[in-house]
Amino acid sequence: MKNIFGLALKGIAMSFAFAAMTIDSYAQTDMDALMMAKNNFCTGLMYGNSSWKNYWEGTLKRDNLNLGTVSSNMIGIMGNYGVSDNLNLLFSVPYISNKASAGTLIERQGIQDLTLTVKWMPIETTIGKADFALYALGSYSTPLTNYVKDYLPLSIGLGSNTAMVRLMADYQLGNFFTTASAAFFSRSNVTIDRTAYYTTRMHYTNQVEMPTMNNFNFRTGYRSGKGYAEAIVDIMQTNGGFDMTRNNMPFLSNQMNASRVGFGFKYNFGKVEGLSAVGNAMYTIAGRNMGQATSISAGMFYILDFSKSSNNQNESDENK
Amino acid sequence: MKTNKIITLSIYIFPLLVGCQQTIEEKNKLYEPLNPSNIDANAGDWKPVVLASANEFPMSAPTATNIAVYNRELTEIKGFQATLTAEQRASIQYWSAGGVLRWNEIMRELVAKRNLPPASNPDGTYPAPSAANPFGYPNFPFANPPYAARAYAYVSVAQYDALVAAYYYKRLYNRAAPYSVDATIKPLVPATNLPSYPSEDAVVAAVSVEMLKLLFPADIAYIQQKADEHMLSRIMAGMNTRSDIEAGIQLARQVAAKVIARAAGDNMSRAIGTPAQWADLESQTAATGETPWVSLDIPKRPPMLPFFGRVKPFLFDSLTTIAIRPGPPPSTKSTKLLTELEEVRRYTKNATRKEIAIVHDWADGVGTYTPPGHWNAIAADDFVKQRFSEVRWARNFALLNMAEMDAAITCWDTKYYYYNPRPTQMDPSLKTNTGIPNFPAYISGHSTFSGAAATILGHIIPSKAETYKSMAKEASESRIYGSIHYRSDCEIGLIQGAKVGGFAILRAQNDGAN
Repeated sequence: MKNIFGLALKGIAMSFAFAAMTIDSYAQTDMDALMMAKNNFCTGLMYGNSSWKNYWEGTLKRDNLNLGTVSSNMIGIMGNYGVSDNLNLLFSVPYISNKASAGTLIERQGIQDLTLTVKWMPIETTIGKADFALYALGSYSTPLTNYVKDYLPLSIGLGSNTAMVRLMADYQLGNFFTTASAAFFSRSNVTIDRTAYYTTRMHYTNQVEMPTMNNFNFRTGYRSGKGYAEAIVDIMQTNGGFDMTRNNMPFLSNQMNASRVGFGFKYNFGKVEGLSAVGNAMYTIAGRNMGQATSISAGMFYILDFSKSSNNQNESDENK
Repeated sequence: MKTNKIITLSIYIFPLLVGCQQTIEEKNKLYEPLNPSNIDANAGDWKPVVLASANEFPMSAPTATNIAVYNRELTEIKGFQATLTAEQRASIQYWSAGGVLRWNEIMRELVAKRNLPPASNPDGTYPAPSAANPFGYPNFPFANPPYAARAYAYVSVAQYDALVAAYYYKRLYNRAAPYSVDATIKPLVPATNLPSYPSEDAVVAAVSVEMLKLLFPADIAYIQQKADEHMLSRIMAGMNTRSDIEAGIQLARQVAAKVIARAAGDNMSRAIGTPAQWADLESQTAATGETPWVSLDIPKRPPMLPFFGRVKPFLFDSLTTIAIRPGPPPSTKSTKLLTELEEVRRYTKNATRKEIAIVHDWADGVGTYTPPGHWNAIAADDFVKQRFSEVRWARNFALLNMAEMDAAITCWDTKYYYYNPRPTQMDPSLKTNTGIPNFPAYISGHSTFSGAAATILGHIIPSKAETYKSMAKEASESRIYGSIHYRSDCEIGLIQGAKVGGFAILRAQNDGAN
């Protein structure tokens, strides 16, 4: 299952939070059950847009005329290097801009978090006629700039150093595949610009404790040498945190949950070797302290082959 | 199994990898037990605010400490001390920092919890909170800055008056504390020579309960639970007997009733006004040729407490409110206003990260304890270091919070007298780094609150006077950085606040506590 479009990009689906998006909430590419071949380096740009008008204030669904539509635009650079055929190193850095169509709050933009991910495929085997592979991913992300955190829903990120582990299984029979994964996120305390804040009680500190999060991701579709097309279900849960009170602003340590469905594709341009396009669209069907976002993303990637041998060997992996 | 290894490995390595769940130190949890450098044994001579005199309410003498009924009270204490749980020890420790301090914190918490503007109705109107139905939406109260300033003031004044009365009877009856009467009772907090009847802690707890029941009726259960914990902690600590506590409660309720009577007649009930009055405010300003203020909320929200300026102040009378009202803001047609607008525009575009941090540090907006609460938090941290007696804590918070309430009164009087627009109303393209408050711009509330607080706090702790002054200036300018105020609003607001602080100093110089 290693193949040339093993663009496993970006680890952290984290600050996808309220409006604050990361590359992953668009691209989700680290959840691909695909690996870069040894000594290949894949890099590219992603563009993403996400917007919502309705949101869940705790469990109450509402709109807010003083925000109108909150939209987020993202441009990210990503890369994936094949240390070996079953061990990849990935990075990503997004630039994000968030704004509200109504009200007076100023838009926020800037470079968000660097994410470094290790993706390892310890098991690759066949079960009858099907291929089966197991992946383990670990990632760490950290803010690259001192962006404003305590300004939800327009902050560009939540400001945590975040560590993630993900276990992922992939099953492919013929051209049909199913990938399922589960991840756990641990987040560092965040320093905000004020010395006291109220959650469900007063806190006299500028430090905010961030609850851990889980992610469950399920994708299924058709995969070939041309690329793939897939349907996606994604569930993000915060373990703890509190609900926004009525007509209050969101806060970093809210319990932010979202269930999203969507589809994605990848297309390999046969004419230009190593060039591919990816895209996906996601819609939030349920949430808590979360905007009901519709998001789309698109990206172009190119593979540079640093291996000593000829660079067309990768081609063969594609359709295994 | 390889898979199992991975899972196991992840579970163990992961927390190390993150290294991120550092425990957070909250500074109010680190306060030391109160150990006053001077117990202010003669505070019964200090001048109360609302009471006519310290002994306005008579209090009967306590029983002697050598009779059986008192002895049984000591037995209760011994019973607690023999079986103290960790939780009970934590409660003793928590309350030992000082009752006035802890109740001030509780008040700030209630304000932050209740400082939420009601959401609009589907038809574009706004519901008003009702004290008669505090649990219905919108919850009562909406603890906005004027509401909060007044709440802090009344609770602080009631605590102070009740303590002056309590100290009067302490000296009069001079009943020794349980740990002095019986050597087998250990004082679990710093012991002093202060007589224990009536209990100063019971006085503070009970007077706070009575005031807060009025001001935060939806939180009565929480408030009463805190008061019960507070009073019990003093029995367990060997500081008071049950009869010391009960005498304190009795005295506190009488004082609270008198302070509540003042609150009932201070014009707060008319501060919201009527739609006809709101329309008048607009037409009066329009008649002068100036652009009247318009709510920037969507849908337009009625102005926040437009007649709060008519509330009866503590430090001066309502005629003085009018007499000290600042002159008009720059005309909305003047070049001075355009110049000031240009400055605001520059911050919209170019505020530095540091300036944005200042905006957010001082924002004290929705869901916070408001600017007066912020100054209470600043004062509390500094008072802790001063080792004030309980009654001096109360006196100093009363001075601070009377100044803050009166700052709110003169500020609101000025705002609604001139009714002038926010920068974003004059230039709708102006975006802001924090929420725009729903009331006119001139003069800045933050500046007035901060000017008043810095002035009285600088009098109380002279060594920090310059620090407070520069903090107030920063708080004031944060509103320009945030693009929600013109420079005139802030500069005149600071001066006006300092003026109110001067009235507080005048009182402080004559209340007998110096």
